[in-house]
Amino acid sequence: MDIKIALPKGRLLSKTASLLQIAGWGMDGYHEGARLYHLKSSTYPNLSAKMFHERDIPIQVAIGNYDLGICGRDWVEELLAKYPNSSVIKVADLGYGTGSLYMVSGLADADMNALRRRAERGTVRVASEYANLAESSALKERLSRFSIFPVWGGAEAYPPEDADLALISVSADAEMLSMGMVPVARVLDFSTYLIANQNSWGVKDLNKMIASICEGCGRLPADKERQEETGTRREMTWLSRREKDGLIRLALPDGHQQAPMLQLLEKAGIKIEDYPSATGNRRPDIGIEGVAVKVIRPQDMPLQVANGNFDLAITGRDWLADHLYQFPSSPVQELLDLKSGKVRVVAVVSQEMPVADVADLRKFIGGMTVPFRVASEYVNIADRYARDNHFGRYRVIPTWGATEAFLPDDADLLIENTETGRTIARHNLKIVDTLFESTACIIGSTRIKTDSVKAEKAKSIVEALRTAVEGR
Amino acid sequence: MRVQKCKGTRDLSPDEMARFRIIEEVFRERCLRWGYQEVRTPTIEYLHLFTSAGTLTPSMLGKVYSFLDWDGWSGERVVLRPDGTIPVARLYIDAMAGKGLARLFYVTNTFIFEETGKKTRERWQCGTELIGVNTPASDAELIVLALEILNKLKLKNVTLRLSHAGLIKALLERLDLSPEEQERVFDRILDGDARALVGMRIDKAELDSILLPLLNLKGHSSGFLKNLRAISARSLPEFEPYLNNFIDVVSILENLGIKYQIDIASGAGFEYYTGIIFQLYSGREKIGGGGRYDNLIPAMGGGDVPASGFALYIDRLMNLVEPEIWKKPVPPSVLVRSEADAEMKEAFDAASLLRDAGYTVAFDLGSGEPTDTRWLLEIRGKKPKYVLRDKFEPRAIEAETINEVMAVIEEKSGHQDSPAERAPS
Repeated sequence: MDIKIALPKGRLLSKTASLLQIAGWGMDGYHEGARLYHLKSSTYPNLSAKMFHERDIPIQVAIGNYDLGICGRDWVEELLAKYPNSSVIKVADLGYGTGSLYMVSGLADADMNALRRRAERGTVRVASEYANLAESSALKERLSRFSIFPVWGGAEAYPPEDADLALISVSADAEMLSMGMVPVARVLDFSTYLIANQNSWGVKDLNKMIASICEGCGRLPADKERQEETGTRREMTWLSRREKDGLIRLALPDGHQQAPMLQLLEKAGIKIEDYPSATGNRRPDIGIEGVAVKVIRPQDMPLQVANGNFDLAITGRDWLADHLYQFPSSPVQELLDLKSGKVRVVAVVSQEMPVADVADLRKFIGGMTVPFRVASEYVNIADRYARDNHFGRYRVIPTWGATEAFLPDDADLLIENTETGRTIARHNLKIVDTLFESTACIIGSTRIKTDSVKAEKAKSIVEALRTAVEGR
Repeated sequence: MRVQKCKGTRDLSPDEMARFRIIEEVFRERCLRWGYQEVRTPTIEYLHLFTSAGTLTPSMLGKVYSFLDWDGWSGERVVLRPDGTIPVARLYIDAMAGKGLARLFYVTNTFIFEETGKKTRERWQCGTELIGVNTPASDAELIVLALEILNKLKLKNVTLRLSHAGLIKALLERLDLSPEEQERVFDRILDGDARALVGMRIDKAELDSILLPLLNLKGHSSGFLKNLRAISARSLPEFEPYLNNFIDVVSILENLGIKYQIDIASGAGFEYYTGIIFQLYSGREKIGGGGRYDNLIPAMGGGDVPASGFALYIDRLMNLVEPEIWKKPVPPSVLVRSEADAEMKEAFDAASLLRDAGYTVAFDLGSGEPTDTRWLLEIRGKKPKYVLRDKFEPRAIEAETINEVMAVIEEKSGHQDSPAERAPS
């Protein structure tokens, strides 16, 4: 009987790889530099594995695509918070990769009672990668009115100006202090778990794998003692409400887009300090009077601009489209095409699927007896694409990266971005349709018009960047 | 792929709709006669309407259908209405605040997720809210009205169980629990978990001798409550106002000859209840319930306005109403057939006249299906214009006008107003 396991990429990879080595699984392709996501065990001929973003693993195990999985308990609880009857069993605590989820505030004197009172008068905003746990915690704390901002990352950048609370994961309490955050509630302590699909657990013989892993994790070199040192809280200069008046708030991207961004700003004659930041500073100083900068994920920017937390943001047109498909009447609009970071958003299938274009695809779906599965980071673009093309009975599977791994077993179609198409070809996939081209762009809100001083200032920044773009 | 209905939903067949409508009709008719006015609230509401403490229990909130609307970029969630009372309270605050007493009723669906999909996730209820008054008589009014509706529906073995939210809360306060634990236990009792109090550690003697018996005892008269009042007066004076209130309501019911059971621990209901809680059963099936919720409208910012109400569960009542109640004869009384398309207009005109005169008229669409209609009216392009056939007589009757046709039917049916289906005498 074939056995499949979902293994984590990212922070748990090296420790998990050591564990599998100690357990003698012969899973040689599983290492930091792995270029292919499909793996075979040389010890157990019936065991195969696939690498996923940690967050996808509980979902993949619960829906039965995988018999076993290894991931942090935080993501298991995130799934269970919304779907408590998911078919996933926590088999064993593997002990490493420990951390805690905290509800944190940016204000030194924050406490839950004060927030509860605030929720009676207005809305308490919570930013988190853990949207389900954030919602269930808010309900449990009896916050009467709250909004959850699901973010792709960097939730700690939001309080106190752009969210009242953030639900964040830290591996040591001192991290919160270095972020300048104050814990308000401890939501969960977690470590890495071996999990199993409930049905597989009941009918498949998994005992050799489980036993070897459990035995192996006892021989794993111990994690460093968890440091509970107090340290001092990073001093931050928060923007008070009055300071925010008339101030232009600019969001710049984190991650790999920082280098081209820096170049562009330089070309426009705009100085910026500590960006990219070696210390994780998300509030670099910019050399323009009356402008404040925050560094957040490009995926999260349209929602933040829509809510008036930022006046200008530099993101990709792909993420703007995804936002506008979800919220058609959103006030966010593109102000300037920066003509850099060009990618195509494409529909991708396995080489083996006998389709060449969308018409073929529709025919192919018409003959299917099970729902057609579309996997994408762009949930709303994927949903709209499936709807517009009359895919009939389909499901959109949200993913958090490494989407190529989903084909062909765990999805039928991907909506992905690609620069050269090489990654797609390497994974034995093919492009059947191009939805649109996406480049970096400046976005803003139509609502800025109500403040003519700010509108003027925002315009001058956009114009400076326009000159830089056109002069290149 | 066969198209299926969504898990956890149900269709209502013509028979089921007949049951549904009769319950709705009896309910509406009674409410109107008691001076209540009908309202309807939207299917979609803001989530925050239901999240404040004292509205829905966290376990219910974990099952509401909530989502972001198409303009929900602020993160403000909306829900499919999970409860009937809270939206009506909102409507009162929105549109009727300051107008004093309001007697309102509604027929509505509510949506609560149910994991197995075996029970329906869309439920129908008919309910009333009596807003702006908190006398024992108003509690009694609602109980009597609910019982009267069930009586009109000829439901069998209806029983009434009473509890008191104020009393339960006062009890929990004596159990040395933290405020969070108190809330949790109260929620469990309200969620219908009868064992919520089992295993609670109770040290004090008076708790042992009074509280547990109080929770476990089930009584049938106001004497029971008066006895409780007598033993608790000295050691548990904070119970007195609740017991007095409870006794007042129960005394009215006794006066009216209404039978009931007191079961303090069976407080199944909603977190917003503050006073009397009543549950209605038919046999072992719970078919409705209600109670007093004096703090809800204040908590929603609607000022110091007391209220109470009840709801009857239509889905459950539908299985219990007897055919004699809902099975009315409704086959078409007259089947109209035209011989050619050229006579179509005549046929439609004739049918229209007959319907206006109170007959049920269907067209013969040529499917040749058997029909239980007694009368068949053929429309012809030539003389005689109409041929009327009676299922019970071999000879056809010819007529030139619709009035003649109607006269024959009325005479043969032996009934002036309704073209009855019974055989000729």
